[in-house]
Amino acid sequence: MRFDSLLDSVGQTPLVGLPRLSPSPDVRLWAKLEDRNPTGSVKDRAALAMIAQAEKDGLLRPGCTILEPTSGNTGISLAMAARLKDYRLVCVLPENTSEERRQLLRMWGAEIVSSPAAGGSNEAVRVAKGMAKEHADWVMLYQYGNPANADAHYTGTGPEILADLPEVTHVVAGLGTTGTLMGVGRFFRETLPAVRIVAAEPRYGELVYGLRNIDEGFVPELYDPSLIDSRFSVGPRDAVRRVRELLDLEGLFVGISTGAILHAALGQAAKAVKANQRADICFVVCDGGWKYLSTGAYEGTVDDAEERLEGQVWA
Amino acid sequence: MAVEVKVPTILRTYTSGDKAVPGSGGTLGEVFDDLDSRHPGIKERVVDGGDLRRFVNVYVNDEDVRFTGGLDTSLSDGDTVVILPAVAGG
Repeated sequence: MRFDSLLDSVGQTPLVGLPRLSPSPDVRLWAKLEDRNPTGSVKDRAALAMIAQAEKDGLLRPGCTILEPTSGNTGISLAMAARLKDYRLVCVLPENTSEERRQLLRMWGAEIVSSPAAGGSNEAVRVAKGMAKEHADWVMLYQYGNPANADAHYTGTGPEILADLPEVTHVVAGLGTTGTLMGVGRFFRETLPAVRIVAAEPRYGELVYGLRNIDEGFVPELYDPSLIDSRFSVGPRDAVRRVRELLDLEGLFVGISTGAILHAALGQAAKAVKANQRADICFVVCDGGWKYLSTGAYEGTVDDAEERLEGQVWA
Repeated sequence: MAVEVKVPTILRTYTSGDKAVPGSGGTLGEVFDDLDSRHPGIKERVVDGGDLRRFVNVYVNDEDVRFTGGLDTSLSDGDTVVILPAVAGG
């Protein structure tokens, strides 16, 4: 496949069957390999779409400064694009994110502002919103509320899944900014409403939820619960267990959040088997495991890995 | 039905610091009433009128109750109820 530039090569990712993890020929699992995007994650779709829209709207011109709260992948995608398009990028990152993510951001020239560990990405959002007020000329793309994020999946990820798997019955993806699920969900609600849209969200250690007040929680502005059918909270133990199963049985090396997504997908598969129903379950592989090696999730016992992930923003 | 309720850090002032407390009830709403009888004030932090508060998520056996009937979600013996503040990802 040939493209004019790296930026043009986003999307059109492979969909691979998982014959050894699938419970039966009638209940099959399929992995959408979003780690095959230019910077190695599903966030390339949203990041490039948000930049393209901001350019179209006249908000971004070469030399502009982009500001974004991110736990990593969106920042990395923006950093690559910013480098190619001559933008300055300032990322607000929770301090309890993996060192690999920081190195990658710096490598592409992004500036990093650390937000306090307690509160996780909620704090990063709060800090970035404060900085946006101080620097009125900076452009905050704001992945949590930018419709271009969900649109990238409405026009890209959703149609790609349907084209490769017309018999799809379930789509399972991670819930962070909610962009993937909102875009894919809206596409299937309009095109093939029988498809069940399932969300998997990471459940972190207590430090990440250490907010002062329960009313200070955060729900992304993009989130519309009517576009999904069920939502599961998956802790680090199940996520790590599934990451290792995927490696052992199918040879796929994925990031920890994908383990959480697979856990929810296998839950849907078990339900289908029990109900004696056919199912073709597609789940999104958000990224590969490379950026998380230093977390310790891939070595030692599952108990060890679970302990090491305590307090980290691992998704 | 006897269930276990996991309480987030910020609500442990109501449970004398306990991370998990026992609860009982046939539905989630009944469990919150039961909890409030022993830990007065906790229900109001989670429930507003007849609904869950916007920035609170509640899961029964890891499934978000907003998709299973909300406060009417029925419970079985041994179920685990988890209360968490909503957090961002990305």
